[in-house]
Amino acid sequence: MIFVTVGTDAPFDRLITAVDRWAGESAREDVVAQIGRSNLRPRFIRVHQFLDPPQFAEHFSSAEFVIAHAGMGTILSALRYGKPLIVMPRRATLGEQRNEHQLATARRLSEMGKVTVAFDEMELAERLKQLDRLRAADPIGPYADPSLIAGLRGFIQNLD
Amino acid sequence: MEPAKKKVLAIASGGGHWVQLLRLRPAFAGCDVTFATVRPGYKQDISEGSFIVVRDCNRSHKLRVLWSAAGILLLLIKVRPDVVVTTGAAIGYFAVRFGRWVGARTIWVDSVANVEELSMSGQMAGRHADLWLTQWSHLQRPEGPGFLGSVL
Repeated sequence: MIFVTVGTDAPFDRLITAVDRWAGESAREDVVAQIGRSNLRPRFIRVHQFLDPPQFAEHFSSAEFVIAHAGMGTILSALRYGKPLIVMPRRATLGEQRNEHQLATARRLSEMGKVTVAFDEMELAERLKQLDRLRAADPIGPYADPSLIAGLRGFIQNLD
Repeated sequence: MEPAKKKVLAIASGGGHWVQLLRLRPAFAGCDVTFATVRPGYKQDISEGSFIVVRDCNRSHKLRVLWSAAGILLLLIKVRPDVVVTTGAAIGYFAVRFGRWVGARTIWVDSVANVEELSMSGQMAGRHADLWLTQWSHLQRPEGPGFLGSVL
């Protein structure tokens, strides 16, 4: 199964439309998408506007590949569960978010080898054609850097 | 006698903010933790501490911002935390600003999604936080924010 998620309530129709087109062209029948508050009616993929956290976790964990917006929640989950991930950043210039932080996140994390990025629908189509070559990044543990944890813990325990 | 457990209010809005807050949990070991966020379904993510749902908001809906801010203030009065820890966004800003009023020390951990510059809420809240952190070493400044590591 391929799981597609826009991460939040905010729709990201550009992503869903592009994946739907690819699913139609390549006759993939195992694509499930969480599309947010969108009126889109994709033809080839199954959609949910929202998924409860348990349902979301179930889809995420049973997915072979994840295709998503470049949100940190999704990226951290993919790294944690070792899922091959393609992200397409939401763009402020297209009214998809308030500023270009997804673009910046995607660029930086791609340089670090943490995610595969498609910067637009054309690139996404290219990446999807080579989906079987997509690999998961090295998984991360359940918690933040020990140095960050220790710093916070020290601050909390030494208040007085 | 054992010293009293520190009361921690760990608060974040949904999605990535919440996922990042969860990754800080070992820092709260041995504390009396209350988690506050915006979706009831997130309760299943935590196994320790108590869990409270608050109203979310963002800058585009002015009335909702006031409503949400009032909710955060009530929450702080009820919980009376020694420390407020937040990974953002808007509700975390209010928790840092109002945390002072109930005598709490406050920690702002800017989201790892802010790679090129701090979030707007981070820039606004950071100066009021007792501990102000970015998760990117290239964004740390002598006058703050500091850098100790990241959730990645």
